[in-house]
Parts: sequence; C-alpha cells; structure tokens
Amino acid sequence: MSNKMHINLTVNGEAHEFLAEPRELLIYTLRERLNITGPHIGCETSHCGACTVTLNGKSVKACTMFIAQANGADVTTIEGIGSPDNLHVLQKSFREHHGLQCGYCTPGMITRASKLLEENPNPTEEEVRFGMAGNMCRCTGYQNIVKSILAAASEMNAAKEAAE
Amino acid sequence: MIPAPFDYHRPSDLKGVLALLQEHGDEARVIAGGHSLIPMMKLRMAEVPHLIDLQSIDSLKGISIAGTKVTIGALVTQHDIIDHPELGRVAPILKETSLQIADPQVRYMGTVGGNVANGDPGNDMPGLMQCLDATIHLIGPNGTREVAARDYYEAAYMTARDDGEVLTAISFDAPAGGYAYEKQKRKIGDYATAAAAVTIQKAGGKVASASIAMTNLSDTPVWSEAAGAALEGTTCDAAAIKAAVAAMLDDIDPTEDNRGPVAFKRHVAGIILTRAITRAWDRA
Amino acid sequence: MKDLTDDQKERSANLKGMGCSRKRVEDARFTQGKGNYVDDIKLPGMLHGDFVRSPYAHARIKSIDVSKAMALDGVVAVLTAADLAPLSLHWMPTLAGDKQMVLADGKVLFQGQEVAFVVAKNRFIAADAVELVEVDYEELPVIVDPFEALQSDVVLREDIADKKEGAHGPRKHHNHIFTWEVGQEAETNDVISNADVVATETVYYHRTHPCPLETCGSVASMDKVNGKLTVWGTFQAPHVVRTVASLLSGIEEHNIRVISPDIGGGFGNKVGVYPGYVCSIVASIVTGVPVKWIEDRMENLMSTSFARDYWMTGKIAATKEGKITGLHCHVTADHGAFDACADPTKFPAGFMNICTGSYDIPTAYLAVDGVYTNKAPGGVAYRCSFRVTEAVYFIERMIEVLAIELNMDAAELRRINFIKKEQFPYQSALGWEYDSGDYHTAWDKALKAVDYEGLRKEQADRIEAFKRGETRSLMGIGLSFFTEIVGAGPVKNCDILGMGMFDSCEIRIHPTGSAIARLGTISQGQGHATTFAQILASEIGLPADSITIEEGDTDTAPYGLGTYGSRSTPVAGAATAMAGRKIRAKAQMIAAYLLEVHDNDVEWDIDRFVVKGAPERFKTMKEIAYAAYNQAIPGVEPGLEAVSYYDPPNMTYPFGAYVCVMDIDVDTGVQTIRKFYALDDCGTRINPMIIEGQVHGGLTEALAVALGQEIAYDKMGNVKTGTFMDFFLPTAWEVPNYITDHTVTPSPHHPIGAKGVGESPHVGGVPCFSNAVNDAFRAFGLRHTHMPHDHWRIWQTANKLGLHG
Repeated sequence: MSNKMHINLTVNGEAHEFLAEPRELLIYTLRERLNITGPHIGCETSHCGACTVTLNGKSVKACTMFIAQANGADVTTIEGIGSPDNLHVLQKSFREHHGLQCGYCTPGMITRASKLLEENPNPTEEEVRFGMAGNMCRCTGYQNIVKSILAAASEMNAAKEAAE
Repeated sequence: MIPAPFDYHRPSDLKGVLALLQEHGDEARVIAGGHSLIPMMKLRMAEVPHLIDLQSIDSLKGISIAGTKVTIGALVTQHDIIDHPELGRVAPILKETSLQIADPQVRYMGTVGGNVANGDPGNDMPGLMQCLDATIHLIGPNGTREVAARDYYEAAYMTARDDGEVLTAISFDAPAGGYAYEKQKRKIGDYATAAAAVTIQKAGGKVASASIAMTNLSDTPVWSEAAGAALEGTTCDAAAIKAAVAAMLDDIDPTEDNRGPVAFKRHVAGIILTRAITRAWDRA
Repeated sequence: MKDLTDDQKERSANLKGMGCSRKRVEDARFTQGKGNYVDDIKLPGMLHGDFVRSPYAHARIKSIDVSKAMALDGVVAVLTAADLAPLSLHWMPTLAGDKQMVLADGKVLFQGQEVAFVVAKNRFIAADAVELVEVDYEELPVIVDPFEALQSDVVLREDIADKKEGAHGPRKHHNHIFTWEVGQEAETNDVISNADVVATETVYYHRTHPCPLETCGSVASMDKVNGKLTVWGTFQAPHVVRTVASLLSGIEEHNIRVISPDIGGGFGNKVGVYPGYVCSIVASIVTGVPVKWIEDRMENLMSTSFARDYWMTGKIAATKEGKITGLHCHVTADHGAFDACADPTKFPAGFMNICTGSYDIPTAYLAVDGVYTNKAPGGVAYRCSFRVTEAVYFIERMIEVLAIELNMDAAELRRINFIKKEQFPYQSALGWEYDSGDYHTAWDKALKAVDYEGLRKEQADRIEAFKRGETRSLMGIGLSFFTEIVGAGPVKNCDILGMGMFDSCEIRIHPTGSAIARLGTISQGQGHATTFAQILASEIGLPADSITIEEGDTDTAPYGLGTYGSRSTPVAGAATAMAGRKIRAKAQMIAAYLLEVHDNDVEWDIDRFVVKGAPERFKTMKEIAYAAYNQAIPGVEPGLEAVSYYDPPNMTYPFGAYVCVMDIDVDTGVQTIRKFYALDDCGTRINPMIIEGQVHGGLTEALAVALGQEIAYDKMGNVKTGTFMDFFLPTAWEVPNYITDHTVTPSPHHPIGAKGVGESPHVGGVPCFSNAVNDAFRAFGLRHTHMPHDHWRIWQTANKLGLHG
C-alpha cells in the first residue's frame, strides 16, 4: 500500500483538504470523496467525456487524472456552473432544445460546452461539432445538443451586446 | 479500471527528476499529460511504482521562436500549439497536425513531449518531427544530448532515450513552402489508419526539396528519403507523385488490426500520401 | 370534430396535453448534475464488489486460490461457485429457458466470464484483490463460429450434453439449442421452385452491443434486523427483477424492494439479469452490509448482453413483374455460451417472424436454429423489439437483391408489394395481425421529399463521371421501408418467465387538483415523466405540470413488465389512459351531483364537465377533485384514485420510410452521409419534440451499427473491440443532421391510437445506411456485402469489384 498524500483541491469555489492515495482518480475524488456526483463515468479510457470538468481553465476528463496530479488545482464541475436560482444559459438551452435524454452525458456536455463558448463565443455548427467531439452521447444523435449550444451562444452574445 | 498503487513525486526542477530516475531505475516513469500512460496503468498493462510528474518543471514549458528556429518544450500541449498564432504562421503544419489528434479535452492535456517520447507507433508527432528533421533534446545523468528525430525510433515503444533520461524539448528549423498533414481515421479519438506529413519547397516551378514521413504504418514512424527524393526536380506531376508513393510503400510495413488488413492499409497509405503531396504542392 | 372556441383553445393549451412539445420535467435535475444514477448511491458501510474474469474463451478451471486476496487488508470476502453452490445460486435461470453460471462452475465458456467475486472496503482494494486471486486454467478448444459449433465434437455445455430436449423443443447436436419454425415449409418451397424469379442471399447481421453510456450496476442492501432486502440497479424491468430475486433467494417478495433510479440509457442492455446483480445481493446477505457492483466499460462490452449475431439465408420468389410470391428464411443464431436471450417465453427468436416486412407476401416460412459458441451470452433487443431489427434488415436487403435480380428500381419494387391501406388489419403469412398502415402514402411522401428521381439521375451521372475517370466518389441511395412490431404484448401469447406482459398505471388525484401517477415501466431517457403526464392531462383535464409521474420503485409502483421493445407507450401509455378514464368516470358522477343533474346530463369539455346545453354551468376537474375529498356524496366513495392493468389486445405496428444519400470514396472506403430523411408513423403523436429526439438518437445508433460498431472476436475467442478506441460510437463530428417527417395512422385498438417510436429509427435506419452502401456499388455488379460497412470493408468491396484499377 502506497503512502497517502496530503491533497488540496478547490472545487466549485470551495477548498478541500484531505489525505488520499495518489492513484485515486480525480473522478472518484469528486464523486465518492466529495459527493459531487454530476460528472459521470462512461468509458474510463478518456474517450466519452462524461467525466468532463474544468481544471485550471482547461476541459479535462477526470477519469484520466490522478488526484496527485490535480493537487493544488481549481476544479469546476456542472454543480459549479449554475445554481437553481441562477442557471447557466446552457442549462436552460439544453432543456429548451431537448439537448438531453437520459441525462448521463449532460453534465460533461454542458461543462465542456461552457468552456468551448468561452474560447469561441460565436462558433459555427461545424466548430461546435468539432469542439464537442470529446463528449459522447448515445441518446440524442447530437443534433439537438448542437442546436442547444448554438442557441446558447446567440443568447449569450445578445446579452453581452445589450449590456454594452 | 483501477491502477496499482504507486508513489507520486512532483519535483520542481530537472535535477530532482533525474535524481528520482537514478534512485528508482526502471520502477520509475515520468508523466506529463498522462493520456498514454494513465490508461495503460488503469488497465494494469503498465506497472509504475514511482510516478514522476513533470508539471512543475517550468523549463519544459513554452514555445520559443527565433526567426525560423522553433523550440517546443516537452510540456507544451497540443492545445498550446493550436492556440499559438505565431507558431501557426511559422510552422502551420504543427497546428494542422495537432487538430487531428484525439479530441479537445485530450489536446488540453496531451503534450508534444509525451507524444514524441514514447515511441507509440500510433502517435502523430513522431512522423511529423521526422518530416521536419527535428532534433530531440534529452537530459540525463551525464548531461544533455541531442538526437535527430529520424534516428530516435527503434521499434514500438523502443527509442534512443535511455531510461534515466528525460525528453526536454524538440527543435527544428521551420521549413518555408508548402505543407500538409493528412490523416485517415475511423473517427475522432482514433489513431491513424494512415497519416502523412509532407513539406515541399518550390523553386522555379519545380520541387526544390521535399520531406515525407508517415504514421502508424510500421512499428516506428517512417521518414522515406527516397520518397522525398522522387519529387525533387519534378513539377510534382502525377508520375512524380506515383514514384514518391512507390518509394514510401517500399519503406512501410503495416500490420493488420481492427482498422483493416495490410493490403488495405498499403492502398490507403498511397492515397493519403498522394493527397498530402498534392495539397503541400498547392500550398508551396 | 367541431372547432374549438378561443376559450377552449386556451384551456387546452394550459393543460400541455397530448400533441404539444412540452419541455421535459426531467431536465432540471439532469442539467444541474442532480440525476441519481446507481453509482451515485452511497450507503453507510457500503462495500464494493469486483469480478475476477476469465482471460480464456474456453477452459477448465483446475483450481481457484483466494488466500492471497483474502489476506489483503480491507478484503471482506471472495465468493466462488463453491460458495454459491450450497445456496443453489452458482447457476441461475435465464429469460430464455436455459440456465447460466453466476460464477464459473468447473469451466469457463467465454472470455470475460465471471469466475470469482471479490468484496472489499472500497473499489481500489477490490481491484487489487482481483489481481491476487489465482486461477489455474486448462485451455480447451475454442469455437467462435456457429456453423463449426454444429459440426464439432467439442462439447461446450457439458451440463446439458446428453439432453435431447431443450426449453424450445428437440436439440439436434450437443451445441444446438433449438429449432424454431413458423409458416408453411412445403408450400413455400413449392412457390419458390415454380417462381419466375428467385433471389437468394445470405445476410449476416454482425454481433454488436447496446452500450449505453452508463454501464450496468447494482447496490444491494440486506437489512438483517427487519429482514428486508433493497436493491437499486440498472433495471429496465424492476418488478421482474424483484420476482426473480424472490424466486432465487427464497426471500418473500414483500420483503424485497427493487428500485431503478435514473438510468443512463438502456437500449436493451439493462433487460437481462446478470451475475453482478446476483453476486451483490448474495454478498450483502452474507456480509449484512450494503454491497455495490458497477461494471467497467470493458466488462460491459465483454460480458453483459450482446445483440444480433444472426446468419440469415433467404430465398425470395417473385413474378417477372415483381410481385413477390414467397419468402423462405433460415437463421443460424449464435447465442454464445448460454441462451440468455431476452425474448417472450414462446418466442425463442423473438419476433423474427415479422420478416415478411411491409409487403403482402402470401406464402412464407421461417426456421431459426440457436447455437452455442464460446462467446458472451445475451441476444438482447438493442433498441428494437425482440429481433425486429434483424427481421427488417433481412427483408430490406432481400428486397434490394430481388430488385437487382429483376433489374428493377428498388423503390418501385417496394411500392408494388406494399400491403395496401384497405388490407388492414392484415394477416401476415407468418402469423401476425398488422393493426393499421398506409404505406403507399408514406412512401410517396418520402420519395417526393428527397426528389428521388432527381437523386437517381444524379447517381447515374456520377457513375458515368466515375467511368470516365473524373471522380473517385460514388453515390449510394439507401432506401428502407419498415414495419415494426412493438408493445408486447397480449398476455395470451407474451410472457417473461411466466409473467404476462401487461402494464399498469395507478393514479391518485390530490384534493387541490394535482396528481401523482405511478407506472410499471421505467424511463431511461425517453421522458416518461413528461409524456405520461401529457396523456393524463388530456384524459383528466388537469395540467401536465400538476401531475407527477413516478416509476421504478417496486414498493410504490404497480406491477409492470418494464421498458423495452417500445412497449411503454403502447402498453403503459394505454394503462395510463384507461386509468385516467376511470378517474373521469367517477368525476362525472361527482360533477353531476354538484351540478344537481343526472350523470348523463353532463359532458366532458377539456378540463371540466359542463351541463349539456348550458355550458355556463360546469365543474372543473380541480373543483371536482376537492369535492371528492370534502363532500359526502351519496353512493360515491370519498377520494379520487384509479388503477389500470392493461393487457393489450394486439401489438402495435409503427412504420416508416427512410432515405439516405451517401458519398463513398472508392479509394479509402470513407463514407459521408450527405442527406438523411426519416418519415415515421407512430400513430398518435404525444410529444413531437420527444419523438424527434428519439428519431435522431435511434438513427445515430443505426449509423453506428451499420458503419462500424461490432463486437469482434479472434479465433481464440478474444474480444477485439473492448474499448471505445475500437468499439465504434460516433461523436458529433461523424453524425449528420437528420430531416424528420411524419404521417399519422393511429392504432385502432389502442386507447389513444399511439404505437411507440423509440426503436423505429434504429430498426429502419440500419437497413437504410446499409442499403446506401450496397446501392453505391450496384451498377458495378454488387449484390450484397455484409455490415459493418467500415472503411476497410467498403474498400474491400470496391477492390473485389475491380474499381482500384
């Protein structure tokens, strides 16, 4: 048995300190240690993106990162993207445009989409499809996911313009 | 999929990395983005009692460009490359290649160093670096040394890097002229069925020089000197391209896998290379 | 129907009943990461289970040594077949009348088979302990080919080697499971031998896997104090699981509570009962604490429920003019190591006998031989009703091959053979009664929408250009017209382990005019909480937003057979409507009492009962609900509740017309979907938004299967496609936009005319994509090429046809 490490991790703005085996995967830290169960496990080989979180400003697959590597990091999950009283535009848009069915991929999808729109606030359909290609969905065929993201981009841009 | 336990080290300088490698020998592996190594550890196909994380080694980060001389630190990610406008101007083939690797999340984590260092025949950067005649910078207990990318790969997962050494950077002289990275794969996230990196310099309407390498068609990347030579002095017409393809097909040795049988791979290699040459010539 | 007044329109719209694209009530949770899936469940003291699995496809187990694993700190138990044998739980019955090892008993029969179950304090220790269990195997000859299995001396199932009779009749060979025959063999052979034209082809539908994004898993919690067992799991049929668990464990059914929480996609994967479920339950009973088992993706692809693996040989006979006169089909069905197919008991090959398709074929015969091999058991209906995808793929390929034989256009050949509108209800030669359809209208609409003639002209031009050397790209036009058979089913001929395939709904109206309805089904993404409330809103006149739908908890929901085979809307949806009508009948009595008129003097008006001829005198359902709890009404019990168990009189038969336009790069085998048009007729449409979403998803799963998704084995029985690197799940990048369309032909026997839709796009989509690939090469002499049509297989087709020069 390896030695446990002292870990500092900020998740959704909240600081956590704990001892963990270095091999603990970030997805298990979130889901089992911190009870943040929005990110899911789909493939465990970094293909499906159900476990996507934002870590130090990057979209990453939490199934392919040891907690030791994430020590000191700042993580945002779906739980930190919006709140019941203040939903993210994407959270509303996915509902409005039927961008989800079983809901299992949805937290990873929305978390990834939020980063995509940060980097490219006005994407084409092709750019959305390419930028979301690290997230698999078995239910929707992606058509309404793409629609949800494009609609969210328009709405966010309109809001930005109105504010300026 | 749970890896075996290991001890984790995050040294803050290369000296620390080398000391750990010395201390633990083949029980230690360095990790950068981890997107090759972690899946192997999770499947328990790689046992790594000591994992040495390079993330705090600042000297391995960053892209420096001096004229046409480009140096890319081992920890530079594919995302960093895509997101670097100056590199995009000086050596656009890097961005073109990086966009064809894996998916956005993986490109945020996957590093050039990891892609180049491991000798995984499926990785795209090794073939590209051979095409560019890049130099691989290593540091070890006996100091630094440089190895040409074209001499670095010995067999699948076997390279010129000693176990005690760390890959620190890749440098190359960015070629002017046309370029193309062409890749056929089954879907996003797949390795290449066949991929080709091509650069062509044009002078007086003819090919002045050309460099051609291919990926995932042998147990190492394949830079074919003869393929490049077949184009030189020609107008890159159909006959010249055919000769270049023939030369490359002599040098590759694909194996059957889920992507298809050998005959298919050889055929596709020829098609992909033809397309890459044509595109590079159009851009030259 | 008379036009509604503005007031009626407004009241109707407020209900958000049937026919509107109501936004989903489920989404608030899912978009905020507040779904509750099995792996989210965490109980105090919970242990984790993990399997030791066989690396070999066929081997004798000489010994299992668990001592090193038991010695690891944190390991609580390691179960093997020897531990389960005293409880008679080392084997379990399958849904198909066979039995299956829970843990390997003396030998293993497929790679990935469960050998031992490790129970530890956490999943990390469990994984470490799995590595420490030492199993001594003696390798045996491996058979992965069903035809070889029927010739081989190698006995796969030693436990039943000398049994001449199986659950479905005589066995011909020690690796043979059953022969299932339907139709008229002699007459069919006669028609075929005297026909003008006969097309013969063997069509292989490769082995694949439903692969929902969430894998299978369970959490079992045995409370030894009060003797109650609670099991949360990825169950598409929770009530059946409760009954099976009771029969297996001997715990009385009222002491077992099975809960299907949110399910991350099912597609048939979560119909079966798996060793992991059983082991988590046994482990919890043994240890007295909760035990969780969650399979990883490789385990999922290797062990729980493959789909298809049908070798289908057809002969189709026709007149010179193209009128089909007979169909003969023989299937060699590879069932793997155990016959664990999830079909109604009397249908060992599911509803494969829908293979006459949408066509008026007077004479037909089907025979299916089930065979054991060294592959994983399963045979589930992957996004289809029991083997309907196989049947539709078969007939839609045979039609194309016949069109080639007749030198006819395949669209025209379909048209002249469709069952005509006036022939419904239609008795098929293989024993089904199709409820309703208007195939010609749908077909004409589809062909017009895509400009079929224009496409054929463009294709002809492309072929000429190809021949002239101007392009290396060919164009394929994929056609398919499908008829599904869903909504199993009448209890008289459909049961699972003896339980009739009815379904149920129980409604309670609350005094203030809101309601809760519970059903025997369980949503896995289909949006039941949204759509069943819409059915009820239309039936009982309370807003859908005031109706909670609850499923999946056997302690609270009425008994039902679950969600698969597109049966939720046809069966539980019908139960919902019927229960709603019971509510309305009682409400009518209450309204009449309150309005001081005779029961027959009031009539229903959207959300209220009004006095006939005096519409200003009315009682709304909200008012009636309040009265039901607060007013003593002579002769009427207080309260407003109803329950309905619905046994459908027949299946429903959704249909559709699909067209795919595909470009194929002859040199690389790369296919590109340029256009996909899907017309679906699912009868009455409850929520168009959700229907469209189902169609998009089903088509994408069809694309995956047709173009690359397979569970492939090498000769040693090793699974070659165990991760998402090789098991093809398309991303947003590989998937096109789909054009959706519809016609509406209600089911005459269903209370609201709805037929079900979730699986249609998969059933119709697979042949459509496959036909497009085949069609692209028709001009060059191709009759048929097997799926999956991935790059190398398409390339190989072109190569064999001499198209690489």
